Amino acid sequence: MSGYWAGILSILAINVIFAYGIFLPVATGQLNLGGAGFQALGAYSAAYLSAMYGLPVPVTVGVGMVVAGVVGFLIAFPILRTRGVYLVLATFAFAEVVAGTILNSDTLGGAMGMSVPAFIDWEVPVIVAVCVTLFVFYLMSTRFGLTMRATHDDEVVTDLMGVNIRMVQVSAFAIGGALAGLAGGLYAHAFSFVEIQSFNALISIYVLLYVLLGGTQTAWGPLAGAAFFTLLPEFLRSFLPTVKSALAALVGIEGPVGPPDDSWRFVILGALTIAMMVFRPEGLITRTMIERLRFRRSTAGKEVTA
Amino acid sequence: MSASLLSLHAVSKNFGGLAVISDVSFDVPQGSRTALIGPNGAGKTTIFNLISGVFAPSEGEIRLEGQTIDALPSRSRIGLGIARSFQNIRLMPHLSVVENVMLGQQSRAGNLAGMLTPLSLFGRSKYRREAEDLLESMGLSTYPGEVVATLPYGIRKKIEVVRALVAKPKILLLDEPAAGLNNTETANLRDFLMTISQSGVTLLVVEHDMSLVRSLCDHAVVLNFGRKIYDGSTRTVQEDPAVLEAYLGTRQAEKTRNQAEADHVA
Repeated sequence: MSGYWAGILSILAINVIFAYGIFLPVATGQLNLGGAGFQALGAYSAAYLSAMYGLPVPVTVGVGMVVAGVVGFLIAFPILRTRGVYLVLATFAFAEVVAGTILNSDTLGGAMGMSVPAFIDWEVPVIVAVCVTLFVFYLMSTRFGLTMRATHDDEVVTDLMGVNIRMVQVSAFAIGGALAGLAGGLYAHAFSFVEIQSFNALISIYVLLYVLLGGTQTAWGPLAGAAFFTLLPEFLRSFLPTVKSALAALVGIEGPVGPPDDSWRFVILGALTIAMMVFRPEGLITRTMIERLRFRRSTAGKEVTA
Repeated sequence: MSASLLSLHAVSKNFGGLAVISDVSFDVPQGSRTALIGPNGAGKTTIFNLISGVFAPSEGEIRLEGQTIDALPSRSRIGLGIARSFQNIRLMPHLSVVENVMLGQQSRAGNLAGMLTPLSLFGRSKYRREAEDLLESMGLSTYPGEVVATLPYGIRKKIEVVRALVAKPKILLLDEPAAGLNNTETANLRDFLMTISQSGVTLLVVEHDMSLVRSLCDHAVVLNFGRKIYDGSTRTVQEDPAVLEAYLGTRQAEKTRNQAEADHVA
């Protein structure tokens, strides 16, 4: 496999894990715009342990995951006292605090970043992403998943049904933080280098977009969202020139054509995002859609047996 | 009258300076179908919120089977046997019918093992089967997998009652179960609630539809401006002067009373 495709697969797998980390709190009704902060915690923990102590990858990534999860658990208590846009701002501020702390830490390389000696090939993130996907599907099928979705819909009634909504919210936030940390640890080893600039606010926004545009009602949503938005820019990068020259040939223009060129793919991505928000605000994959597919399957089965 | 299941003792509730409930005491007898009625703003829903723990009373005490429940958090009360429905349907719109009902099992299945057991990953769990069976026995088995937001109003009202019922409550608080239903649906609901009552569940019902109250309930408590003005049989409630006055105003009440006397003389 070429280095290009290996890189795409690694980043796709990492983005899927990362998206699930943000999906869990969002499915519980908490927008988390601090994804980059949790990812940075996982990445830097793994990088530091690998560079300083030469620990094996499973240990460094595991510790990165635990660090992000524990920090998520601890900050969940104050942060989840806020609501709506204030919660979004609080999670965003958390990511900035993490970034600022790392930037000013000489031990962690500051603005220079850190190189990570142990390298992992694309297979490792892909296998871990499959496991995480299965885990999230399992989690959403349990009563815990049911109470998460109920908390998202109506906190007062969910409480009256006997659910400890605080426990559900904090758990979803902390497990989500751990998954984002896991994505960060894998990132550090897959790209052999961490610098805090690559865990910026834009990353937090993108991963939240994967989740919101993919759909927050089922565990299929983040998978679809992360896959779509990771692969789309690459798809546009490889196909845009072909499409353009075909069009140029059609209208009879010769020689190089002006914009849109390669770098315009993000413009197209942005336009698609707005179109999604307008035409399908509940996300690409919804519960009704899944139920309809299941219903069709079961009625089809009945017709066969009847 | 049989022993009281739920009782309020001199309960008051103030929101800031506004007294919404003032010194209200009443008993809900075991096995009864008690109506809680009164004009708009009388404090009926507030009483429900006090009983279910959404608010704590400013003064007074609420007892279930003689034990005070005021110190208990709202989420623990359903486990003791107090379940409720809401004035505006409050089902979870993004959950399917059967998932909404399974939420009502939380008080029995909310321990760690219960939380982490899949409900429908490998076939149907016992909780899912229980919910589906209850829906079927209540005549609601048509769309267990359907997302609630898409269903008709009358069906959603019933599902809300089933969700409360699956918690195996001792007392069911129903906040305007017939609001927005047509005559057929109301008659249907009445039979549905009678079935529930006959299975041994005590009902406390807030309702404006007086014909439903008369045909369903055996005991009525009337509130006006946060005070209790009547406590007794549903048969005599509409002849009570204080109740007439609260509903119709003083002058109209006198006219009605004079009319009644005239009829009596004649």
